[in-house]
Amino acid sequence: MSASVLFDSPGPRTRTRHRLYSVAAAVLLLLGAAWVARGLNDHGQFAYAKWEPFVTPSYVQALLVDGLLKTLEMAVLAIAGAVILGAALGLGKLSEHRWIRWPSAAVVEFFRATPVLLLMIFIWYRLGINEDSSGFLAVVFALTLYNGSVLAEVLRAGINAVPKGQSEAAYAIGMRKSQVMSVVVVPQAVKIMFPAIIAQCIVALKDTALGTAVLAPGLMYVGKAIYNEQHNQVPTVLVVAFLYVTVNLLLLWLATWAQKKYVGEKKLVVPMVGAADTGSAV
Amino acid sequence: MDFLTNGHNAYLESFFYTLMLFLVSGVLSLVLGTILVACRVGPVAVLRVAGGWYVTIVRSTPLVVVFALFQFAAPMLGIRFGWVQIHIGTVDFTSFFAVAVVALTLYTSTFVCEALRSGINSVPLGQAEAARAIGLTFGGTMSQVILPQAFRASVPPLASVLIALIKNTSVAYIFGVGEAVAQMRIMTNNYASERVPIFLTFAAGYIVIVFVVSFFANHLEKHWRTA
Repeated sequence: MSASVLFDSPGPRTRTRHRLYSVAAAVLLLLGAAWVARGLNDHGQFAYAKWEPFVTPSYVQALLVDGLLKTLEMAVLAIAGAVILGAALGLGKLSEHRWIRWPSAAVVEFFRATPVLLLMIFIWYRLGINEDSSGFLAVVFALTLYNGSVLAEVLRAGINAVPKGQSEAAYAIGMRKSQVMSVVVVPQAVKIMFPAIIAQCIVALKDTALGTAVLAPGLMYVGKAIYNEQHNQVPTVLVVAFLYVTVNLLLLWLATWAQKKYVGEKKLVVPMVGAADTGSAV
Repeated sequence: MDFLTNGHNAYLESFFYTLMLFLVSGVLSLVLGTILVACRVGPVAVLRVAGGWYVTIVRSTPLVVVFALFQFAAPMLGIRFGWVQIHIGTVDFTSFFAVAVVALTLYTSTFVCEALRSGINSVPLGQAEAARAIGLTFGGTMSQVILPQAFRASVPPLASVLIALIKNTSVAYIFGVGEAVAQMRIMTNNYASERVPIFLTFAAGYIVIVFVVSFFANHLEKHWRTA
């Protein structure tokens, strides 16, 4: 707090004033929290019976095994697919041949601009909505296509972020394009991309919750089953939210660590959909 | 292409609904996001911490879960939207619309906050020091030097947030809102043999909206970069 762009370092009188504001804000926030707690309490949301399922082994097991594990499984499969698809599309977009570059770009823009849910429902119908596994597969395929397209842009931005001198030097010592890419550019680009890829894992994990629209398994599905049986909507959704947030915060922490370890201050800028080709790091 | 000859009105109406969801929750997200960023970068410690927690937690929660939580908990807190009864043509905006707008706003405002914060962080400290050194007041430093630069720098991330919002309006379908995805499902059921063209037509609707927003954002960014 020593130096800020927004305001000068406060003097003793201003600091006292800020402390007063802090106390006032704390009171207001506590009042707000009390209002929410009272509203929920008036509707019996803190009653033990509403929370009992979450200390009952069979329910906990359902939440963790049929819920969290399935959700993670969908997210991991989708990200694995997305990395492969992203590498293919990203290299396609960087190709020197127009007939590879343009179709790759079209595919990337299409899937980045289409809502995942729309894609998910379409794939679900294609797979047959009465099949047992179609929901699961629809989530995995839809998330693979969407995240793959985003990762294609990440890859391109990462490769463009490698200083030009690196590839120029590699060409100068007589390497071919494939060697320049695989030996010099890509290893450096992957380091820069690492935090962005982890951030994309968070997006994929969050989007698995959309699977509730295609009857896919996972946390939301189990949550729904629990609250339909126990009529404890608010506690169940809170528990589901808690599980999602916990996993996501772990990933966020991993992304921050990777940023510090591999990248430093630089931030990878991924251009938005339909933007001109300006993907580079600043 | 029976679904288009019979259903082009339904198609346009559903995208009108999507567009209204986007516009209303977009404006509200910008307002709430600005308040949040003011808390996060302001001098009041309690607000800074509270804003940080709110942003971190809501950003890590899936939108579907935010929706569900608000939908279930709001009536218990006495938040009801029965009074929302707006009818434009044959399109009805009722409590479902209001719930969707609030849920989208609660979620999107955290991303708006982070986009604005990245803009503020991109202004070099020397700018503020120079402004203070030539004797500008706090208000002058803010309005003449810091905020114009911060706002320009936050246009690209803000545009990405708004584009994500356009796509996120589709989540409202899960909670009974009759927007574009809901219409696609109806048509997918009614015209089973035309599923591929139906999907492509609805995807095209979203792509058009996304590209229009993207075009404006690009234009703004280029305009300011040369200025």
